[in-house]
Amino acid sequence: MRLTDEEDAILNGSAGPIRARAMAHIVEVGRFFDAERLVEVSQAHIMADTEALGETGVAYLEGLAAADWEDRRVVIPTITDPRGADFKAYDRIRHDRAIVTLEERARDAFMALGVMMTDTCINYQTIMPPVKGEHLAFGDTGVCIYSNSVFGARTNYEGGPSALASALTARAPAYGFHLDRNRRATQRVIVEAELADYLDWGALGALIGERMGSYFEVPYVEGINAANSDQLKHFGAAMASYGSTALYHVAGLTPEADEALDGREVPEIKLNRADIDSYADRFRREDDTLDVVVFAVPQLSLIELGELAGHLDGRRVVDGTTLIATTNPEMKSAADRMGITKRIEDAGGILLEGVCYYQMHARELAEANGWHRLMTNSAKLTNTIAGYGYAPMVASMARCVDSAVAGRVV
Amino acid sequence: MGRVYQGHPGIGTGLFEGEALVASDGFSARYDVDLTKGVFSRPAHKLHGESFAERIIVLDIAKGGVASAWMLRVLMQGAHRPKALILNWANPIMAQGASFGEMPLIDRFDCDITKELKTGERLRILPEEGRVEVVG
Repeated sequence: MRLTDEEDAILNGSAGPIRARAMAHIVEVGRFFDAERLVEVSQAHIMADTEALGETGVAYLEGLAAADWEDRRVVIPTITDPRGADFKAYDRIRHDRAIVTLEERARDAFMALGVMMTDTCINYQTIMPPVKGEHLAFGDTGVCIYSNSVFGARTNYEGGPSALASALTARAPAYGFHLDRNRRATQRVIVEAELADYLDWGALGALIGERMGSYFEVPYVEGINAANSDQLKHFGAAMASYGSTALYHVAGLTPEADEALDGREVPEIKLNRADIDSYADRFRREDDTLDVVVFAVPQLSLIELGELAGHLDGRRVVDGTTLIATTNPEMKSAADRMGITKRIEDAGGILLEGVCYYQMHARELAEANGWHRLMTNSAKLTNTIAGYGYAPMVASMARCVDSAVAGRVV
Repeated sequence: MGRVYQGHPGIGTGLFEGEALVASDGFSARYDVDLTKGVFSRPAHKLHGESFAERIIVLDIAKGGVASAWMLRVLMQGAHRPKALILNWANPIMAQGASFGEMPLIDRFDCDITKELKTGERLRILPEEGRVEVVG
């Protein structure tokens, strides 16, 4: 691997021991993937909720935070993925105080490094959208696939330690999706269906994802003529969750689609309406009991929050069933200002900020609240939540709200 | 000399020895193991109930989300830490986690390494060279 003089100097300690360790980490990972050089990255996004960090990770961050400011500060805009607890509302869903205390320690350590606590997995909609060709060190898989695919930006999946190393050095190893040659399509997917609800988009993403063999597979999707940001958000998040997929192209829509096939023959699969409907059928059950309805994963945009409020207007979530929606602090503030929060909460819903259901200690929440049957319109949540002891089912936003109001699956 | 297998140059510096614990199944630091007890804890995993302490884990592919990058460090700082990890295929998150957690890691052999190595065999590995030797 060739390093520039500046990179080599950082590796040898010219910018202090913390940056030297960060550079050594980046070089070691780069060598593992045969990177020939590093790239300069302009933003970092760190996945570092306490469920993932644990006590060990928080203590590590506190160690960094104790160093001198010049040694410890991040050198590029660095933002955070959702946290493990909503500091303002954790008691409403019986979050253990010990979890909140650990979160507070993590937050304080991050802020000491100069990290911006955005607590969001929809930064691409709400903080600073990437631009085509921009090299990034982004964490959350849904954030990575959206940034690569919809904007044509360039990032690998960077776990928390690697995103932090990039934040401290403004570098990432040049392998995977930083390189032109890995961004070309490896599979064609022909979609023969009209997509309506967000669940359709998530289900299609899930079906494509589970057909991809590895992180380095890139699907080229044909048959989708129009989409908005929320639809592609659900589509990509589900694909990444089911397939470890980090980049897709949609013919006629995404910025690199025109060059993605380059005249090459690649394997082809077809997906139709019956395939998409079969996704929800996997989770169908005989009994109609329902404990909790969740709108999250990814966090809701302001538009989705407005749609949810519209479904809930004039209705009431029945006692014994809980309805939770999550968004980031920016969208929560906007929803407060516009009366959307009040409409959701007047109907008995709970709107949380800075958290997302897949990384807010869902197992402990299930135990504390007696939750087992979960209903959602998120395919990604459906994929991950069974591992935490829930029995999930999926339906459209409208049917999820109808069920929350009825207190049973309708 | 015993059997030698050549993988891609891996993560970690030095020479590590330990007893192999082998299965044809995936590896997720988040979903497959109990970090505090040092055992494979997911019932459907082929190594369910097996202790990995002081052993070299040999499995097929890396699984699990981005969060697991933090978790190999937890594994390696615990009382029941394994000696190393050998996979057919790692992924970026596993490589990052191994580097951060100081867990020796080798992958990408020209064979299915889970078919070649047997549980109980004594291995010596050199991650920098991607070399795995069976020494007993």
